[in-house]
Amino acid sequence: MEWHDDAIVLAARKHGESSAIVTLLTRDHGRHLGLVRGGMGRRKRGLFQPGNQVRATWRARLAEHLGSFACELENARAATLLDDRDRLSALSAACAVADAALPERETHAPVFEGMEILLDSMAGNLWPTIYVKWELGLLQELGFGLDFSCCAATGTTENLIYISPKSGRAVSAEAAEPYRKSLLPLPSFLLEAGIEGPPDGISDGLKLTGYFLERHVFSHTRSGMAPAARQRLIDQLRKK
Amino acid sequence: MMAPEIERLINLLAKLPGLGPRSARRAVLALIRRRETLLAPLAKAMGEAAEAVRTCTNCGNIDGRDPCAICADVRRDASVICVVEDVADLWALERTHAFKGRYHVLGGTLSALDGIGPDDLRLPALVGRVANASATEIILALSATVDGQTTAHYIADKLAGSKVKISGLAHGIPVGGELDYLDDGTLSAALKARRTIDNESPVDSPADNLVENT
Repeated sequence: MEWHDDAIVLAARKHGESSAIVTLLTRDHGRHLGLVRGGMGRRKRGLFQPGNQVRATWRARLAEHLGSFACELENARAATLLDDRDRLSALSAACAVADAALPERETHAPVFEGMEILLDSMAGNLWPTIYVKWELGLLQELGFGLDFSCCAATGTTENLIYISPKSGRAVSAEAAEPYRKSLLPLPSFLLEAGIEGPPDGISDGLKLTGYFLERHVFSHTRSGMAPAARQRLIDQLRKK
Repeated sequence: MMAPEIERLINLLAKLPGLGPRSARRAVLALIRRRETLLAPLAKAMGEAAEAVRTCTNCGNIDGRDPCAICADVRRDASVICVVEDVADLWALERTHAFKGRYHVLGGTLSALDGIGPDDLRLPALVGRVANASATEIILALSATVDGQTTAHYIADKLAGSKVKISGLAHGIPVGGELDYLDDGTLSAALKARRTIDNESPVDSPADNLVENT
């Protein structure tokens, strides 16, 4: 068995003395693990930093084997973000969220492509907006997409400012009045493309995606909770 | 057939880093052949080390006494504290003879993968040292990895209220390194942290504010 694919490094765990079990988010093969001999050695350690883009070759005798990766660095994203605490937090959070949320060996090309866009956007200032949208896309890809098309109660498409935590559907300001306290705020930048989210909106957006990720995805993982890196990103953005 | 004592020794040695069962067998054979000159002194030294070695309650270093020799040395500059991930990093810095301040061993870095959070590191002890001691500079000598630098930024945030200067190690070209053989990440980090040659002071670039927090 052998395949070649574009991939983003999500994590690398030490195995033995210098080898590593590397988790990659690949375009066509989803989240995939593999052994890299010498992956934690001096020469290869820098290659397997979260966020780095690689061209991966996976080989195994049988498809169900762990197999081994041979990777060539295509874009050393991690190194360019080490100095920036906000962007580094976002990079760590995105990799940790993808690692925790995605099932193994299930193709989710939109998540990969979204992550590419997110990591590329870190060269500019739009990345918090794109991060929230990437998490929304992740929810959708996993089958828990939120519905912003119309109000769940009245069907109107105007003045949608809340989300029902029960159904994941938008609720208009008028229909929300009696239940306002139990609804989640829907930031307006999520309703339109190409709009940069204000700091409050980003915070609301992360609260929104965090609620549904916790409920539908992380509660079913081994730890039962969101990765700590995600909370650190929220804390980091809150300080601004 | 091997004596159970020898087999036990091989099994124990095989657990050490760098050794497997085969190399452990060779090491045991060499020890037995030099019983008087090597095996007995080694056993004695290991017994003494097991008895005497302890962790310094001040900095987290391992030494034969508490506080450790570095913390107890009055000639060392107590106003500069170098934060390292592990004792191995402390030893590496000590080998350079370039640093004459004191250390603080964190015991790891924040890691999403391994579930290591701030509570698992010796961070409260560091904050306490900064608050109590007359420290003027904290050098964050942590790995140039995502986890290492996430930890560095986290510590810089934690110490933001104090008046100490917080600095980080430079990232770039190693001594003897040729550009053609360096990875892209190191090269871009080196370019970001470039310095002027004539007066050897760093040029103004965003990278200069790495963990500066004064």
